[in-house]
Amino acid sequence: MTVSAPESSAALVKPTAARSYRIWIYLAVLVIALSTTRIFTGADDITSSGTLRAAVIAAIPIALAGLGGLWSERAGVVNIGLEGMMILGTLGAGYFTYHYGVWVGLLGAAVFGAVGGALHALATVTFGVDHIVSGVAINIIALGVASFLAEALFTGLPGGGPTQSPSLDRPPTISVPGLSGWTESLEDKGWFLVSDLAALLNVVVSQLSLFTLVALVLIFGTGWLLWRTPFGLRLRSCGESPSAAETLGVNVYRYKFVAVTMSGALAGMGGAFLALVASSGYQNGQTGGRGYIGLAAMIFGNWRPTGLLTGSLIFGYTDAARLRSGGESVHALLLVLSVALLAIAVWQLIRGARLAAVLAAVVGGLGLTWYLRTDTIPGDFTQMTPYVMTLLVLALASQQLRMPAADGQRYRRGEAG
Amino acid sequence: MKTLQRAGLALAAPVLALVVAGIITSLVLVAAGDDPAAFWETMLAWPENRSLVNIINEASVLYLSGLAAAIGFRMNLFNIGVEGQYRVATFVAAYFAAQAFLPGYLNTVATILVAMLAGAAWAGIAALLRVTRGVSEVISTIMLNAIAVSLVAYLLRKVGSREGQTIVTDTVPQSGWIPGISLFPDSVTDMYGLVFLAVLAGIGFSVLLNRTRFGFDLRATGHSESAAVASGVDVKRMVIYSMLLSGAVAGLIGMPNLFGVSHNYGSTIQTGIGFAGIAVALLGRNHPLGIAAGALIFAYLSEQANPLGILAGISPEIIAVTQGVVVLCVVIAYEVVRRYRNKLEQRAVAEALEAPGPSKEVTA
Repeated sequence: MTVSAPESSAALVKPTAARSYRIWIYLAVLVIALSTTRIFTGADDITSSGTLRAAVIAAIPIALAGLGGLWSERAGVVNIGLEGMMILGTLGAGYFTYHYGVWVGLLGAAVFGAVGGALHALATVTFGVDHIVSGVAINIIALGVASFLAEALFTGLPGGGPTQSPSLDRPPTISVPGLSGWTESLEDKGWFLVSDLAALLNVVVSQLSLFTLVALVLIFGTGWLLWRTPFGLRLRSCGESPSAAETLGVNVYRYKFVAVTMSGALAGMGGAFLALVASSGYQNGQTGGRGYIGLAAMIFGNWRPTGLLTGSLIFGYTDAARLRSGGESVHALLLVLSVALLAIAVWQLIRGARLAAVLAAVVGGLGLTWYLRTDTIPGDFTQMTPYVMTLLVLALASQQLRMPAADGQRYRRGEAG
Repeated sequence: MKTLQRAGLALAAPVLALVVAGIITSLVLVAAGDDPAAFWETMLAWPENRSLVNIINEASVLYLSGLAAAIGFRMNLFNIGVEGQYRVATFVAAYFAAQAFLPGYLNTVATILVAMLAGAAWAGIAALLRVTRGVSEVISTIMLNAIAVSLVAYLLRKVGSREGQTIVTDTVPQSGWIPGISLFPDSVTDMYGLVFLAVLAGIGFSVLLNRTRFGFDLRATGHSESAAVASGVDVKRMVIYSMLLSGAVAGLIGMPNLFGVSHNYGSTIQTGIGFAGIAVALLGRNHPLGIAAGALIFAYLSEQANPLGILAGISPEIIAVTQGVVVLCVVIAYEVVRRYRNKLEQRAVAEALEAPGPSKEVTA
């Protein structure tokens, strides 16, 4: 890696602003495309407030896991153990919520996740173990600990069993009184664009879980903390060039340790969201690989909070679409995706990237053929949608991404050249 | 003396790790209110003959899985997708074998080749994404695992038939079955006839890595990519080849069971072997003999844990904790030993340089 000294934080501000501005354009295009598709195919559920709300609920755990990944990787430690820390979080949320209520449950999930994070930090930072290796080991341990302790903690409780906790309280939700009913009636009209936007607004003003708010505060708070404070600059310098940070007097070990532990806490909170908001209690195998998808969302988001939130929403949306009238919705999305891929193919051809153009055209063409020859998509295929999306998105976006320069590299104090 | 010290250090790491893992497991048991003494009594009892056969069978399968993961690990390529490759390959192989295009054992041999091809093809997707689009193989193989599960479930529903609770493919013609080897007359289970496949794969792995140009390039890339590039290694090609090879070996995982016991692919196929293989490879330090030891340890732990619930009232899930902790402890211990060894070597060099006299040669 010959990336020169880390760009200063001032230099990084501009692209951030430009990027978030672009995100709004993308979002507008997306809403128009989905609305058009809804009118054209009659797949009403692709922009219903039900689907969108489910999308947010599916996206937040992914985003929190991704945010955990962001903390860790910005400090230079690859954290594939997010999945395991998330599993620990679901267990913590289940146990503490049952006994002490949802807020202690959230805290307990964070603490359980943080224990996993601290273990990862101990292995990678203190002992210099390969980051992927340690992450894989932590995932194995977490899975075992959770299923073992779940049996010990939940068996015999009313409604609980060896693989699941009793049914738990939901975190409180808030609704804005007037707006919520108004947007609902507007949505029911089925007008082009207006109803879709109303549905979007409805998600924000109606039955919004307080946990979602907490998550958003954490995401934007992280953006502020890591990019606008001395602490954040030091933390990121550990991920860009630890030896340079060391020469400036930064205690690299401590920063990495804090970042990775925090990473675990955030992933744990993602687990709490899964157990308490997305379902009504702890279950074995509840995370279903969302920690990994969070990692993918973070990569897609170019190691930035707003980017990873966007990525999570895309994954959350595909996940929600498959759950709500899946065959029909995903079938309609297939059309959107195919057309988008063909558009990308044309664009890449203009740019002169022939290989990417051909790749996009082939996949897009196949998708379009599939769309035209079928009326619905079998359940097994809707199930793989989020994963296929992840692969596609990474395949198309990975060229423009820049990870922290020293990400995943072993660092020993005093070995700076 | 020197070699003795080296061997001692190499063995110290895994032994230390096992001891620490044992202590941590006991602590977890105490924390959960279980009796560690009963746990150890069950775990350390000499396995029955039936269990011994199971351990050997399980270990041979884990060994193949570990080899598949290790091929990638040796060049810092993390093929987390052994699980998906194994499933896709086993399904394709079962389907192919049931068609009986060839007679008798020719069919068996062809099927094994088909399984390797299918596993390689599935791994190849990740390799292509890595070299053409720069997608990290860690993420892509994980996604491909999930996709494989759904894809195979879909295809199974298309071509399989219902048999009680499960859906299965057509049965492999009996002329191609590999009968089990009976180790003990009183055991109801036999050793897989295809255990030798694991042995062959291990020998092949060892020869390939230590005796061929490809193996040298692979190890060189793993040690230092920039040095490998400087000496003319085409890293992109190495990524593709080693990923394909890893997938091909992953394709073998399901073969002993397919030809020895199940004779078809069903929805009850054993899951998690791919992930366990990663752990086994780490435990064995990606060395063919080490992986064998790791596979035996993992198989032993799993098999001995089965009666825990009945005999000691402890959930067998505890063994997953032990296995995970062993892996983490082993990698940490290897790291500690490596540092200690470096320190010893540095000291030896320093002493040799300080020592007066004509002989300044250093054999470190």
